[in-house]
Amino acid sequence: MNTPPLDTHTGAIALEDGDVPAILFDKVEKRFGDHVVLHDLDFTVRRGDRVTLIGPSGSGKTTILRLVMTLEEADDGYILIDGSPLTHFERDGKRVELKEKHKNEMRKRIGMVFQQFNLFPNMTVIENIIEAPVHVLGLSKQEALARGRALLDKVGLPDKENAHPTQLSGGQQQRVAIARALAMEPEILLLDEVTSALDPEVVGEVLNILRDVARDTDVTMLIVTHEMQFARDVSNRVLMFDSGRIVEEGTPEAIFSDPQEQRTRDFLSAVL
Amino acid sequence: MNDDKSIWSWDHALAVLPDLLWTFLTVTLIVTIIGSAIAAVLGLIIALGRRTSPRPVAGALTLVMNFIRMTPLVVQLLFAYYVFTTVPPIVLGTVIIGIHYATYMAEVYRAGIDAVPPGQWEATTALSMSPARTWTAVIIPQALRATLPALANYVISMFKDTPFLMVITVTELVREAQLYGGTNFRYVEAITLAGLIFLAASLLSSVLARRLEKKLEYTTA
Amino acid sequence: MTENLDALWRALPQIWDGVFITLVLTAGGALLAIVVAIALGLLARFENILLRGFARTIIELFRGTSLLVQLFFFFFVLPLPPFNLELPALFTGILALGLNYGAYGAEVVRGSINAVPAGQWEATTALSMSRSQRMRRVIFPQAWALMIPSLNNLLIQLLKGTAVVYLITIVDLTAELNRLRVQTDVFFAYTLGLLVYFAIAYLLTLGMNALESRAKHRLGQGVKWRDAIAGTPPVPDMKGAGQAA
Repeated sequence: MNTPPLDTHTGAIALEDGDVPAILFDKVEKRFGDHVVLHDLDFTVRRGDRVTLIGPSGSGKTTILRLVMTLEEADDGYILIDGSPLTHFERDGKRVELKEKHKNEMRKRIGMVFQQFNLFPNMTVIENIIEAPVHVLGLSKQEALARGRALLDKVGLPDKENAHPTQLSGGQQQRVAIARALAMEPEILLLDEVTSALDPEVVGEVLNILRDVARDTDVTMLIVTHEMQFARDVSNRVLMFDSGRIVEEGTPEAIFSDPQEQRTRDFLSAVL
Repeated sequence: MNDDKSIWSWDHALAVLPDLLWTFLTVTLIVTIIGSAIAAVLGLIIALGRRTSPRPVAGALTLVMNFIRMTPLVVQLLFAYYVFTTVPPIVLGTVIIGIHYATYMAEVYRAGIDAVPPGQWEATTALSMSPARTWTAVIIPQALRATLPALANYVISMFKDTPFLMVITVTELVREAQLYGGTNFRYVEAITLAGLIFLAASLLSSVLARRLEKKLEYTTA
Repeated sequence: MTENLDALWRALPQIWDGVFITLVLTAGGALLAIVVAIALGLLARFENILLRGFARTIIELFRGTSLLVQLFFFFFVLPLPPFNLELPALFTGILALGLNYGAYGAEVVRGSINAVPAGQWEATTALSMSRSQRMRRVIFPQAWALMIPSLNNLLIQLLKGTAVVYLITIVDLTAELNRLRVQTDVFFAYTLGLLVYFAIAYLLTLGMNALESRAKHRLGQGVKWRDAIAGTPPVPDMKGAGQAA
């Protein structure tokens, strides 16, 4: 993938057709100790894309999501969100770290739903949902409550407003987690194996919510999942990863029905 | 009465009991309550300080904390007593015992904070929450749930350590008993009753502490 | 400063005596405490309600009353009827320290025995081991490794507790420090004292850490080695079984 050179002053970068990508990875490298997870990775996600990353565990898919969410920092290379650097940029040939204030601003545009839900057990459902809108986005409590209630309704839990997370089932907790992430109205939504920790019966209810989100909004989605049917329904692009590199990419139909690479074929035949 | 050679004298027991109870209420309890408050607050400050300071500061803080924690309270009390000669011993004693126990509490807080699952920290990052809000709204409330029972046990522990204050002339329960014994040459009743008062208070607070622990346990669906 | 150092030099023999007494109290107290802790810790687990009740009573009695209450009780009351026990002050100190911290230790012993994974108990039942065999050869060795950190904490507390025995006329390190304070000054005497106590506490902790690694190491080696030496029938290797839980 050829990316145009970085404009070092603004850090802005454009795609060939003039559009600015939602997410751009430029020669990103990530190591954990001696283990190199991502090496020289170039990767683009356009605005409104629904991209699913598939591949064996350890291939780096979750690391990509965690890098975008700034839960990890890349050891080399640059990540750009909507054309602006996320954590580092280049100045006079050197890799410079951005100030915390700028990172915070960038972070607000990105939301994530976790495999383990990570709801705050010391708060009620509605408190979980309005916490960030009130204290980070500066909404008034009424505005946040209105937004939160509407979202709770959308995820099918309107009567659970004052419940505690520990009183809910896994599927319900994950639906609340989705509502909590959407309450921030992010431009990019990251979904990290959001159904892997759920009982099979409730996987469906969560995926249906996400299908609705994909249908009713134009949020950019970056998804890591083993649910292949869901990936087919929702994505417009699928990327097959292995050992930190992109093995193959294409539309869901292309990848699932007629994979070109042997590695992709092996993986799909094992999981499907 | 001073020639009384009997093993137990109810007269003496009844004579000393009111003084013992009064001293218990005015000295032992007050020192424990205020000392615990100092320990709880200072301990949290130390724990947060160790966690959020740059390496050298955190290291120095840890060293001082361990030094206080591992050396005798008695020597610390004597040290303070002979340095701060104008401060009333009971105030000095309360502050020193508070500082001593703050070092225990700091370790308890640290364990509580470490026990908060990493996913909670990640969720606060995903929601772009500020560090202040992360600590006050998410981390500390969860850390406290785990630490409160241990803190309660240290309060009981401190209460049983209040007699150490007698080395700096504070007339707490044991000293009161000793003074009666010294004046009346009858130690048995005084010291036994002092012990029983301790025992009663200790057992009662243990029961309460256990109830608190049960109440704070999370139940999952 | 030089006057202080001179005074210290002159007082060194007494300081050393004080340190020695403190060490004797610590060692003696610790020895008594561990015996009491194991005895009461095991007794507290018996089904026999009398034995269990007895152990629990002693434990709660010594945990619930303060060290100083016990110290003064033993010092003032033991010589009187009905006990008529005249002990040297040093023994009184060791007695109080040993019983007080032994009672706390009993809880640690009891808790650690309970913490040994259920699978280990079940395995001994499946092998028809007797109760004492089970405790001696399987449960206690594993509980021992678990209890050492808590016992270390108690040991440090015991060391700190020795500093109060000068009130019943034992001339320990703190008593010597009080004397040194008069000859030098407050800061010098007590800072020195705190450093000495800290050094002793640190060395004790190192010792306990070594004990802990040895205990864990012995668990890793399994029971076979000891069987070979003792000549008793071999017990199947339980190395993997304990790691569940």
